Amino acid sequence: MEKKLYTITVFSENTVGLLGQITIIFTRRALNIETLSVSPSALEGIHKFTITLLSTQDVVEKVVKQIDKRIDILKSYYNTDEDLVYQEIALYKVATDKLLTLGSIENWIRDHNTRILEMNEDFVVFQKAGHYDETQRFFVELSETVGVLQFIRSGRVAITKSKVERLSDMLETIKKYEK
Amino acid sequence: MNTVSCVSNAVCYLRKNMKLTGAQALIESMIHEGVDTIFGYPGGAIMPTFDALYDYDKKVNHILTRHEQGATHAAQGYARVSGKVGVCLVTSGPAATNAITGIADAMLDSTPMVVITGQVGATLLGTDAFQEIDVVGISTPITKWAYQIRRAEDIAWAVARAFYVARSGRPGPVVLDITKNAQFQEIDFEYKPCTFIRSYIPVPEVNKEQIEQAASLINAAHKPFALVGQGVVLSGAEAELKVFLEKANIPAAWTLLGASAMDSDFELNKGFLGMHGNVAPNIMTNQCDVLIAIGMRFDDRVTGDLNHYAKQAKIIHLEIDAAEINKNVKADAPVLGSVKDTLPALIEAIQPAKHAEWIHSFKIYDDKEFEKVIQREVFPTSGELTMGEVIHKISEATNHDAVVVTDVGQNQMMAARYFKYSKTRSLVTSGGLGTMGFGIPAAMGAKMGSPERTVCMFAGDGGFQMTIQELGTIMQEQIGVKMIILDNHFLGMVRQWQEMFFEERYSFTKMHNPDFVAIAKAYNIDGCKVSLREDLDAAIADMLKDDKPYLLVVDVEMQGMVYPMMPAGAAVDNILLGD
Repeated sequence: MEKKLYTITVFSENTVGLLGQITIIFTRRALNIETLSVSPSALEGIHKFTITLLSTQDVVEKVVKQIDKRIDILKSYYNTDEDLVYQEIALYKVATDKLLTLGSIENWIRDHNTRILEMNEDFVVFQKAGHYDETQRFFVELSETVGVLQFIRSGRVAITKSKVERLSDMLETIKKYEK
Repeated sequence: MNTVSCVSNAVCYLRKNMKLTGAQALIESMIHEGVDTIFGYPGGAIMPTFDALYDYDKKVNHILTRHEQGATHAAQGYARVSGKVGVCLVTSGPAATNAITGIADAMLDSTPMVVITGQVGATLLGTDAFQEIDVVGISTPITKWAYQIRRAEDIAWAVARAFYVARSGRPGPVVLDITKNAQFQEIDFEYKPCTFIRSYIPVPEVNKEQIEQAASLINAAHKPFALVGQGVVLSGAEAELKVFLEKANIPAAWTLLGASAMDSDFELNKGFLGMHGNVAPNIMTNQCDVLIAIGMRFDDRVTGDLNHYAKQAKIIHLEIDAAEINKNVKADAPVLGSVKDTLPALIEAIQPAKHAEWIHSFKIYDDKEFEKVIQREVFPTSGELTMGEVIHKISEATNHDAVVVTDVGQNQMMAARYFKYSKTRSLVTSGGLGTMGFGIPAAMGAKMGSPERTVCMFAGDGGFQMTIQELGTIMQEQIGVKMIILDNHFLGMVRQWQEMFFEERYSFTKMHNPDFVAIAKAYNIDGCKVSLREDLDAAIADMLKDDKPYLLVVDVEMQGMVYPMMPAGAAVDNILLGD
């Protein structure tokens, strides 16, 4: 079966050890997590994990069910890129003196839609948000011209194209079971 | 929250108007959950709880095992026969790591169990303190839920949740790791049982469309075949199963853990599935047109090579755990829910049917198996004693009415094959984990969980010695288990594989054994050893004459093999008969 990048979204209670409970499910199947991002969700007290995984649909389905099975997980599901609006953010640190040798950087800033967050005698920090290939392209361009002193890229954050978070369906279902 | 709702009169009297310590709250909480038996072993970090337990000797029967692994298997045995939650109480560090095997075993076999481990004081956590180990970290992958209690006020909540999680839905083990300071701390105690966790739906609702889809497949089937797993036993759906099978006239076979869900003499019971199961049900798996899996999980020891497993059949999978559906075998008609709910719904939806010809077609394989395997294994007239004949005779001598507990290996497969069952919850065995050493302690727990029944434990000479120290527990508590060692002076199952697949290179499987009867005598346990066929009946009668513990050692043939055998990774209908 063909491998694809899947985005797994997990809603959980905010308890100690949840991340470990999720990651061991990947470890057991020798799966590499591509990116991971964790934050509070729009619903108070509920945390959201966004995990990307390069895998087949068959495997991702099983992984999602195993995650869903853990007691403190409210809901876990997966999407492919077509279903999502998603983004990553990257920071790039370059040496100021090298940058100045280029003359103008205006075109760069326009072409890559990047921002400068900090600038001093020693270094400049660029910020760029985008899909992986976009932040990567800027990284390659900087590397080949002035060199990159430091580079960091965040995990993916994603929002489904459907109207509401699917957790709300889940919370509706739960109400049926509450006595 | 000032009410002190106290179960033990003794404690209430002694500590009137006093708050409870965390240790007392822990015990009170367990009593609220109906706990009357605990298997445990004291030590530093759990001492406050053991001190409190001293006042509860009328309410709670604590069994001191000889090793924490023994405590966990005993709790499993207790849970498996009684359907109640098995409980273990042990200390931190090495005690917790000793308990890990039993916890993993309970996870793979869906056994409800709560294991309470002591932990160093909260201020010492993470400092590599004496006997400190990350119990929650270690046990998380092998538990339904693992939680550390660091404050006494969380005890009632955590215990309530632990028992709810352990026993509800697909059961499993829960670990509660309780710090020493939480056991000492005083609190106001109030207990509320847990009935709901918003992130956990233990029993999914029956879905009508799924039932209709499954029913239409069954109604159209000419050669339906049912696979019965432990889900039937765990949900208490034995009667519903029988009605279902009878209504549509469906032959059925059972997984190792589904043993005794149907009586052995039930006419639609076609035997044991899997690697050492019966020939007919394995062959028929690849001949049926509709395969109905009922509360089972398509373990690799049942399916063999998945690429050649029931490819011709439509698959219906009745299952409580959504993660099992499509895990190993893709279901054409998944039926999510407890079989206690889904079977009655299916019974309503299916038409009565007759499949006489199909059912009759099993017979030629049964006859072949009898002729090639069973005849010589169970009814030999010459040569050395065999495992099969010993098990068969003990089954007869107990009117097929006993609880049979096994260790792991040849003894286990032979017991599963040749013991007969007339009551549910009659086979206690380590199916998923295959834990050698399971037998003795699980038998102790099984006897405590069903004191009115005869409990026969079969072990090999290898596994018996893995938890042999539990003879001390049996002596101290006078637990009336009947232990049978099928002694072939080998690690028999490994030896069998060496003979079949490793060119008879018997690498470290030969065993020089002690005088087991003398060891039993040292523990004041009666026993005898039998080497000759003519002495077997009398020895069995002697063993079963009363309800006291007994050890019967039977010298069986060294080169005994368990047949039939579907080699690991082979197709389900590729069966060796050893002829």
